[in-house]
Amino acid sequence: MKVKQISVFLENTTGRLAEVTRVLGTGNINLRAISIADTADFGILRLIVDTPEKTMELLKKAGFTAKITEVIGVLVNDKPGGLMKIMDIFNKEGVNIEYLYSSLINEEGDAVIIFRVEDIDHGLGIVEKAGLKAISAF
Amino acid sequence: MIFNKEIETMSREEMQALQLKKLKDLVTYVYSNVEFYKKKFDAAGVKPSDIKTLKDISKLPFTTKDEMRETYPYGLLACDPEALKEIHTSSGTTGTPVVAGYTENDRTLWKEVMGRCLAMAGGDEHDVVQNAYGYGMFTGGLGVHYGAEAIGASVLPISSGNTKRQLNFMKDFKSTILTCTPSYSLFMAEVAKEMGMDFREFNLRAGIFGAEPWSDNMRIEIEKKLNLKAYDIYGLTEIIGPGVSCECEAQNGLHINEDYFYPEIINPETGEVLPEGEKGELVFTTLSREGTPIIRYRTRDITWLFRDNCSCGRSTVKMHRLLGRNDDMMILRGVNVFPSQIENVLMRIEETEPHYQIVIDRSTSSLDHVELHVEVEESFFSDETKNLEKIRDMIHEEMKQALGISLDIKLVEPKSIERSMGKAKRVIDKRDIKGEA
Repeated sequence: MKVKQISVFLENTTGRLAEVTRVLGTGNINLRAISIADTADFGILRLIVDTPEKTMELLKKAGFTAKITEVIGVLVNDKPGGLMKIMDIFNKEGVNIEYLYSSLINEEGDAVIIFRVEDIDHGLGIVEKAGLKAISAF
Repeated sequence: MIFNKEIETMSREEMQALQLKKLKDLVTYVYSNVEFYKKKFDAAGVKPSDIKTLKDISKLPFTTKDEMRETYPYGLLACDPEALKEIHTSSGTTGTPVVAGYTENDRTLWKEVMGRCLAMAGGDEHDVVQNAYGYGMFTGGLGVHYGAEAIGASVLPISSGNTKRQLNFMKDFKSTILTCTPSYSLFMAEVAKEMGMDFREFNLRAGIFGAEPWSDNMRIEIEKKLNLKAYDIYGLTEIIGPGVSCECEAQNGLHINEDYFYPEIINPETGEVLPEGEKGELVFTTLSREGTPIIRYRTRDITWLFRDNCSCGRSTVKMHRLLGRNDDMMILRGVNVFPSQIENVLMRIEETEPHYQIVIDRSTSSLDHVELHVEVEESFFSDETKNLEKIRDMIHEEMKQALGISLDIKLVEPKSIERSMGKAKRVIDKRDIKGEA
């Protein structure tokens, strides 16, 4: 099970992120997770939303360069050592992680860790083999 | 089809004889009718009777753009103002406009040369010409319009702008020839994509693009995106407007209508006339104009002249596609750079589009800070910063190889660079060079 992530190119100028949130807000899009990678010149905003296709449409209409990438979302208990367990497995299997970020989600206190790995199918196989729960939406 | 077979396939000797006869008449005409030329000829110690061969043209003084501005509005007029049937001017964005006055014969001449140009691109009475050059004081719109009349085509005088309507009309009226600036054609392609239109469903087969220099790589891009054959046309308000020269189906150099516009290539520093094949500044003399005839106008365009056994059958001299306008040339850290070179590199890199802007600043140090803004296209956008940085570094490296200087590459959001309906604004120069030599 893969998660659809939307990345948006942002120039490093004031108001660009606000503009994205305005587009999403007025479009009635619910944000599930968000992270920003920034360099001196530009940023890449990464989003997990409830309706990825509609979000893409809205962003493109507003003139943003955006793209859907598939990532792995792993459900973990929000307890000390939760992330460590997954990292140990990835490490053992030699999975190279490009980036990760997390989101707290439900009343039970479960968290979702979003992983971007080089070979997503390989990574997903390892997660599932280890008996961890990969989700497609949340 | 060759529009005027007699003239366009004339032997060298016949052409030179025709040019010499016209040149002699012209020199006499301007000497007796234009005070400006009389004074200049007298100061240079040259009389109309001194022109005995074509080579003697080098005895005549040059005319510059500044002189044309200083004589605004009618200082270069050689006829009675009432004999003028049409008046055009340059945009005048950089100062006083330049005036081009056309008598009835001048307009007939314009129609003739534009007819030849459209025919060079394969145009005839079966065509529908969508003329997206601006109509107005700018010569582009009406010049092409007259040419379309001359070949008996249908013309859509749509002018520039309102791109969605352009595309809808293109489809509905089955336009076969598109005429506009090359940058506007690429903008049309972008809008068409957004509208979900496919150029393969259109009837366009030729595009005649001019009014700004463009590269061979840009041609490849336009031909691919608009599904047509792209021809380069050249002209300038000072001489006639569009119609000075145009490419034929060989797409290898522009045939000059040399029976009307006598070309020379000079060394821009010394003014010395250079032999055919050598690169230098293009100079034109209008051999038959009555309203505002021009002697040895310095175009500031850099190119060279050549003759080949052209497959189209025309024997007229060719000019190579413009390498750039002297005006467009930037001196960046002492290196001469033409925007077309930058465009060429971006076209060569598969991922990038030729949407760019150059920002020059000298505020922080005495060295020019040159930033090249390149739009991030979907084709190369990635969710990983390292991939974008890789492309940025590649652009940097390729530019360095091609230009010999290091530019700061800044990736910007698409369409943050202003789109142009006419000539694209590529360079923003923030340098304060007042007080410098």
